[in-house]
Amino acid sequence: MYETTYHRASSVDDAVALFGKGTEAKFLAGGQTLLPVMKQRLAAPSDVIDLSKVKELIGIEPTGDGIVVRAATTHYDVATSNVVQKAIPALAHLASLIGDPAVRHRGTIGGSLANNDPAADYPAAVLALGATIKTNKRTIAADDFFKGLFATALEDGEIITAVSFPVQAKAGYAKFPNPASRFALTGVFVARTPAGDVRVAATGASQSGVMRVGPIEAALKANWSAGAIDGVTIPSAGLLADIHGSAAYRANLIKVMAQRAVITAG
Amino acid sequence: MSTIKLTVNGRAVSVDVEDRTLLVHLLRENLNLTGTHIGCDTSQCGACVVHVDGRAVKSCTMLAGQAAGSNVTTIEGLAKGDELHPMQAAFRDNHGLQCGYCTPGMIMSAVDIVHRHGGKLDEETVRHELEGNICRCTGYHNIVKAVLDAASRMKVAQAAE
Amino acid sequence: MGVEGIGASVVRKEDRRFITGQGRYVDDIKMVGMSYAHFIRSPHAHAKVKGIDSAEAMKMPGVIAVLTGQQIVDDKVGNLICGWAITSKDGSPMKMGAWPAMAPETVRFVGQAVAVVIAETKNQAKDAAEAVVVNYEELPAVPDIKAALKAGAPQLHPEAPGNVVYDWHLGDEAAVKDAFSKAANVVTLELTNNRLVPNAMEPRAAIAHYDQAEEHYTLYTTSQNPHVARLVLSAFYNIAPEHKLRVIAPDVGGGFGSKIYIYPEEMVALWASKKVNRPVKWTGDRSEAFLTDAHGRDHVSKAEMAFDKDNKIVGLRVKTHANFGAYMSLFSSAVPTYLYATLLSGQYVIPAIYAEVMGVYTNTTPVDAYRGAGRPEASYLLERMMETAARQLKVDPAELRKKNFITTFPYQTPVIMAYDIGDFHASIDAAMKAIDYAGFPARKAKAKGEGKLRGIGVSCYIEACGIAPSKAVGSLGAGVGLWESAEIRVNPVGTIEVLTGSHSHGQGHETTFCQIIAERLGVPVSQVSIVHGDTDKVQFGMGTYGSRSIAVGGTAIVKAMEKVEAKAKKIAAHALEASESDIVIENGEFKVTGTDKSIALPMVALAAYTAHNLPDGMEPGLKETAFYDPTNFTFPAGAYICELEVDPGTGKTSFVNFVAADDFGRLINPMIVEGQVHGGLAQGIGQALLEGVVYDGTGQLVTASFMDYTMPRADDLPSFQLSHTPTLCPGNPLGVKGCGEAGAIGASAAVINAITDAIGNNKLEMPATPDRVWHAIHG
Repeated sequence: MYETTYHRASSVDDAVALFGKGTEAKFLAGGQTLLPVMKQRLAAPSDVIDLSKVKELIGIEPTGDGIVVRAATTHYDVATSNVVQKAIPALAHLASLIGDPAVRHRGTIGGSLANNDPAADYPAAVLALGATIKTNKRTIAADDFFKGLFATALEDGEIITAVSFPVQAKAGYAKFPNPASRFALTGVFVARTPAGDVRVAATGASQSGVMRVGPIEAALKANWSAGAIDGVTIPSAGLLADIHGSAAYRANLIKVMAQRAVITAG
Repeated sequence: MSTIKLTVNGRAVSVDVEDRTLLVHLLRENLNLTGTHIGCDTSQCGACVVHVDGRAVKSCTMLAGQAAGSNVTTIEGLAKGDELHPMQAAFRDNHGLQCGYCTPGMIMSAVDIVHRHGGKLDEETVRHELEGNICRCTGYHNIVKAVLDAASRMKVAQAAE
Repeated sequence: MGVEGIGASVVRKEDRRFITGQGRYVDDIKMVGMSYAHFIRSPHAHAKVKGIDSAEAMKMPGVIAVLTGQQIVDDKVGNLICGWAITSKDGSPMKMGAWPAMAPETVRFVGQAVAVVIAETKNQAKDAAEAVVVNYEELPAVPDIKAALKAGAPQLHPEAPGNVVYDWHLGDEAAVKDAFSKAANVVTLELTNNRLVPNAMEPRAAIAHYDQAEEHYTLYTTSQNPHVARLVLSAFYNIAPEHKLRVIAPDVGGGFGSKIYIYPEEMVALWASKKVNRPVKWTGDRSEAFLTDAHGRDHVSKAEMAFDKDNKIVGLRVKTHANFGAYMSLFSSAVPTYLYATLLSGQYVIPAIYAEVMGVYTNTTPVDAYRGAGRPEASYLLERMMETAARQLKVDPAELRKKNFITTFPYQTPVIMAYDIGDFHASIDAAMKAIDYAGFPARKAKAKGEGKLRGIGVSCYIEACGIAPSKAVGSLGAGVGLWESAEIRVNPVGTIEVLTGSHSHGQGHETTFCQIIAERLGVPVSQVSIVHGDTDKVQFGMGTYGSRSIAVGGTAIVKAMEKVEAKAKKIAAHALEASESDIVIENGEFKVTGTDKSIALPMVALAAYTAHNLPDGMEPGLKETAFYDPTNFTFPAGAYICELEVDPGTGKTSFVNFVAADDFGRLINPMIVEGQVHGGLAQGIGQALLEGVVYDGTGQLVTASFMDYTMPRADDLPSFQLSHTPTLCPGNPLGVKGCGEAGAIGASAAVINAITDAIGNNKLEMPATPDRVWHAIHG
């Protein structure tokens, strides 16, 4: 790791001010992605600004029609939250599948979304549930937030403060982990809104990061059942291919994981 | 450079380190607590697991500065004097270790698993929960046995308290 | 058997330090004035080193020195050696290129060191390494066997035309040809034995200290065999004469073969410690382990087996290409020859066998022995062949094996090995009973109803452990003897120290070896301690690999004990005024048989050291040494059966059951033996399902971390059901065979046979990842 200067922010405003002072500052939440990258000397921030102890960034609250998960809330706290388990059990389940127990004790939802790893789990939930990302500057709809591999709508120095999830009529997540890294080789989150609209998001599969899966959405809108997906064809074009899975295999996994997600969603 | 103050195994310590210092390096190099090991550089093997404020974390994926003010327990702090923690005893009695390198992290993770799950542990849960700890020697068979054994010992110990 | 004697599952004496964080591994050690080394490694698979500019790096904080490959050549540090000379079919010696510890002119694999930075801290060394400018001229690379053997392929070493190290053979070609000409059926099979990274959890490390006044070096290193390391460093690498070099292998975090070898990093650390006159520490990180630890396996084979009309095997023909990587590592040449082709008879009567093995250079990390070393490759080939044959001949795979088992011993195979004893029927019968083999078709049908593809796979392995005798291996080209030594020191108060040349890096010697003493003397194991891993303490030893420690090292202890007991009995008889032949040893006492007269061991020991009243002419002291050279290998064997289910939607495999029935001869500590089997099975299953090295077309390692190289984790594996069907080894007084490698040797074929049975398709290579299995099902 290159030498850096560590700052512990006391508030969001403090974090923003510290960020402004650094020449090439980076925000550090749980650090479960940034620190491994820094250890490999693939990132060299002049300053790291630790958000993990900022009280206003931690916690989960129910709202009238959903829940708000503040950005520095750990995966473990989401997975074990009574509020989340009651309102959106699929989200708690997803959080329980991220990394491993020690990683879940540190990693945060805000950090995961800001990084937007193409094989991360949270982006699938945010996109499929139609969540809203709140920052210190504005509110961003999920559909506008993800901009491809490791890219988001966040501007320099902008901090995610919370994610607001609406409760949907049905929601389910199924993940097929990469055998080595345990990131999603393909994970599919399915959701049906109270109005009957369907949103399906796949992570780990596409060359351009988390994506909506139109053909499956259409099939499920017509008939919310695993069997409805049988006849859907997912094209391999644009899907990732690596030593762990061909594009055709990932196309298959999108279907199979979507079916299993529908079954868990009920 | 920063001065980091924290509590390690019940002892208040203050250490001057470069800001890039990871918690695992602070423990090993500055405090000579070499029971916490480093087995990979991608935050996967779990040889470095310690408890920070009661939760198992990978000390190779935490800056020393992030642990400032925290309460850290390492493998050296688990036994009460000569009396082994039930998890340590269960690893020995069930032959849950061979070369010993992954063992400290494995034991710290296992204690955390039992704390979180209480007595509701079965083989499948233990295997899933050990996802972040890699052992190359044991094939995990006896580690799983040890964790299940310790879980019942810890339950008995808790009931006795 | 006493409570802590042979056959008792004594909990391990060494565990307390490991479970309390008090283990002492190389990286845990600090020395006064210690400096840190960081290597500059080639990013290219093949390139000329045109120049190294370290001027900027030398100005950076904490930098003590930047040392290059040219300097190490100039200082006449020897090139790395390969310790087993193989002779090709045509009588020519194997053809090897030079391997300098750091490359002065040409790099031949990604990760090969070209220079080293020595600095006050590890971070400073790493920071400065980035300022060293290495000018490379890239050359075309060959990343695999096929590319290396192509006409006009880039050449690695001028000494080895066509990138061929040797073209070797074993067996009777004419007899095999004759057998095939008369065969009723011939079964053919082509397969790859995938390359693996050993990945002991402790990365390699070294601390070198040079004492200028004494001109003496000390090396702490992660070694399975510190004496061999000292021998090689002295005799071949010109570091220092043996009496000026102490090698210590303290607690070592797993080896699996990868820590047998003497690597460039240890050589450079020693050399550099004198150059900078400071202790030098190098600790590898996992990324360096992936690039520089000797890899394992990597064979491509074509095999044909001939059967008569009664389904008896009449002949076997095998042609194998073995990938050695860019340089010939210490024992690499022996692995695909004398540790592989010699095991191709398996558990079967095969009247005629002919094997050809071509060793090939490629621009990849050097390959050497990894748990099993040659024997897993032989076993995998044979056991997939037996399964394939059974399906082709439409007979039950277990029955086909039984029909062809060797049943009389000793048995001389056509490929050198003479099996001393075994009972292959006992093993397979035990395994079949344990898994309810007969009930499998019903279980398969039931699983089918639930949408799962269920399969069962058998694997019957035999292996050769405790490679020996020295005279025989010497005649086959080995550069060393393969005996072991032990020294028993009975101290004046009756405690016992056993100095052994074996090295424990997880095997539990500190307990098992004590049990041998406990058995013989009737003393508790707490009264005995095992000393190993330090060339200043232990007389000499060949180390631990090839499942040799109990059969060879353990027998050396027995031989030394026999001498100790003979002398102690003389002393006891003298003290008790009895005849030496009437003395028996029981519960730590020397008794005169048929009387109540006795003298306790501590009194005998004290008498030996006070020397006040010894028999006339007897030397004082009670300490004896033995060097033991076995007369033959030992031949552990067994049967593994795996039952599993494949999810047709994802190609994912889930274990239903895995049973093992092994014959390791007498078990000294069954708990430790079973632990060894568990670990071996995990590595065999890892090879079958998860692990596999991938290089891209330019020789870049794709599987360069745990992010891409799939290590077996707890949720990848089942709990195992083990049983034992021992036949006592007649070749050593303990009746023991090796147990460390069996699981890794036998497991992979059982898994693949089960998957191919489940999916009804034999076109499957290891690792059988979900992606590969899904494609095998769906095309």
